[in-house]
Amino acid sequence: MEYVIIGNSYAALGCINGIRSVDKTSHITMITKEHYPSYARPVISYVLCGKAKEENIYLRPQEFYEENNITVLTDSEVVQINPEAHLLKLSNGNDVSYDKLLIATGSSPFIPPMKGLENVKDKFSFMTLDDMKSVEKAVNKKKNVLIIGAGLIGLKAAEGLLERVKSITVVDLAPRVLPSILDEEASKIVQKELEDKGIKFHLGCSASEFKENSAILTTNEEISFDVLILAVGVRPNIKLAKDAGIECGRGIIVDDMSRTSSPDIYAAGDVCEQKELTLKENRIIAIIPNATLQGETAGVNMAGEEKHFTNPVAMNAIGFFGSHIITAGTYTGEAEVISDESFYKKFFIKDDKLKGFILMGRAVDRAGIYTAVVRNETSLSSIDWNTLKEKPSLAAFALKERKSMLAKEV
Amino acid sequence: MKRVYVNEEWCLGCHLCEYNCAFANSNEDDMILACKDKSLDARITIEDRDDGVHFAVNCRECKDPLCLKSCIAGAIFRDGDMIRIDKDRCVLCYSCIMACPYGALRPTKEKVMGKCELCTDNGRKTPACVEGCPNKAIVFEER
Repeated sequence: MEYVIIGNSYAALGCINGIRSVDKTSHITMITKEHYPSYARPVISYVLCGKAKEENIYLRPQEFYEENNITVLTDSEVVQINPEAHLLKLSNGNDVSYDKLLIATGSSPFIPPMKGLENVKDKFSFMTLDDMKSVEKAVNKKKNVLIIGAGLIGLKAAEGLLERVKSITVVDLAPRVLPSILDEEASKIVQKELEDKGIKFHLGCSASEFKENSAILTTNEEISFDVLILAVGVRPNIKLAKDAGIECGRGIIVDDMSRTSSPDIYAAGDVCEQKELTLKENRIIAIIPNATLQGETAGVNMAGEEKHFTNPVAMNAIGFFGSHIITAGTYTGEAEVISDESFYKKFFIKDDKLKGFILMGRAVDRAGIYTAVVRNETSLSSIDWNTLKEKPSLAAFALKERKSMLAKEV
Repeated sequence: MKRVYVNEEWCLGCHLCEYNCAFANSNEDDMILACKDKSLDARITIEDRDDGVHFAVNCRECKDPLCLKSCIAGAIFRDGDMIRIDKDRCVLCYSCIMACPYGALRPTKEKVMGKCELCTDNGRKTPACVEGCPNKAIVFEER
C-alpha cells in the first residue's frame, strides 16, 4: 500500500497516526509546498513574543519520519490530481503515484483587491513560519505596524509583535473584534484589554487606498505605517480537488469517514467541510482538534479499517496577554448569561441541549466539561444543569455517568 | 496500567489529597511552607455534592486523549500509557482545558499547564494523594 498526504500540518499528522494504528509498515509520502516538515503553525505568534523557542516549533523530530517510513517532500507543490490513474503531478514535473490519498492542503490568506496595495513594500500575511520570519526581519522598535483584520490571526500577530515594535493599529470592516467567535459583550471586553496594552483600533471601516507608507480609511483618516500585515480572512485551498472533479462546497465535502466524492481520496482539516454537530449542516471547522480528528479518521479508513468521526464542533481557546477565552459550538438557541467583574459566561441552549458557549476570565477553568456536554449532545434534563452552569463539575452528573467517567479506564 | 481511582462511597471530602498533592509538587520540605496561606497548586480536585457525596478528580490518563489532540504546540505527548506535558513547549494557550472532559488540567505557578502525572515527575513511588488519604478512598490500582 502506498499512502500520500498533501499537506504538513495537524491533519497530516493525525492521518499518519491513524494509518500507523492499523498499518505499521507501508510507505507514506508527505508532500508540502513549505520548506519544513510538520510544525506548530499557531505557535508562530508565541515565537515572535519570545514565549516559545523557534527550535521547539517542530511537531515531530526528524527521526520520527525515518522511523515511520515516511518520505517528506518539502518545497514541493502538487499541481494536478489524476484520480483515475491514482497519480499526482508535481510542479517540478515529477509524478507521484498513490493507492490512498489525503488532501490536507489547508487554507490560504484571502487578500481582497485593495487600491494601491502594490505601492506597499513591507506587506505580509501571518500564517506560516516563513511569514513569521519575514515579519520578524521587517520589524524593530522604530516601526509602526498596521494590521488589516481583527480576527484571530490579526490579533495574535498584534500580541506577538507588541513588544517588538513602536505601535500597532488594527483596522477591521466589522464593528468589533473577533466577530466570528465572540458576541458583542465579549468583543468589547477583549478590545478593552488590548487597548489597555496600547493597541489602537479602527473598527467598522476599511482601507480605501494604500500609499507606500500610509493607508487612507473609509472614514478619511490617514494612518501611517512602516509594516503592513494582511489578515482579512482565509480561503480553503480546494482548487486541486475541484480540478480533479471532487465535489466541493466552500470546502471539499467529506463524510464522517473523511471520504471525498472520489474513491481512494480523503480530505481533512481546514480545506474540508463536514456535517457540523449542533447545526447538522456542512461547515468548515478550521480548528486544530478537528483537523487532527478528521485526519486520524481518514488514516484509519485509508488503512482499511472503519472509523467514524460524528461530532465535529468548533472550539477555540483564545488568549491575549495572559487572559483567556474559551468558546465552543454554535450560538444558536436561547442565550443565558452569568457574569460578574471577574468572569463572563454565556450559554446557548436549544432542544434540551447545550449548543455552544463563551467563557471568559476565571470562567474558563475546567471548560472542557462544558465542551463535552456539547460534543456528547448530553440531554440537559438528564444532568443537574443548574449546578453545572454555575460551576463546571462532574458532580452535576448522575452516579452511573460519574462511574463511567471516573471508576474505570477511559 | 495502574491509575488513581476514587471510591466515592468512602471519600470524606476532607480535601487532604489536594494539600498532599500541592505539597508533593511544591519543591518544599515542609507542608506548612508549601500550603499555608497559598493558593493550592494541586492537580487533584475534590468535588462536593449537596447530597453528601464527595469525590476527587485527576487526570484519567485517557487512551484517546483529547488534550493531546487539541494541543497546538505539540507539548502534550504520550509516554507509554501516560500522558505528559513538555514544559518547554507549552505556551499556555488553554486548548487542553477547552478539550478535557474531566476538567483535569490547570496552569501551575510556573506558568505552564499542569496535570497529575501520578507523582512520577516528583520522585515518589506512590501518588501522594493515595498515600495520604485517611479513609483509603483513593486507590492506585489496575482496573
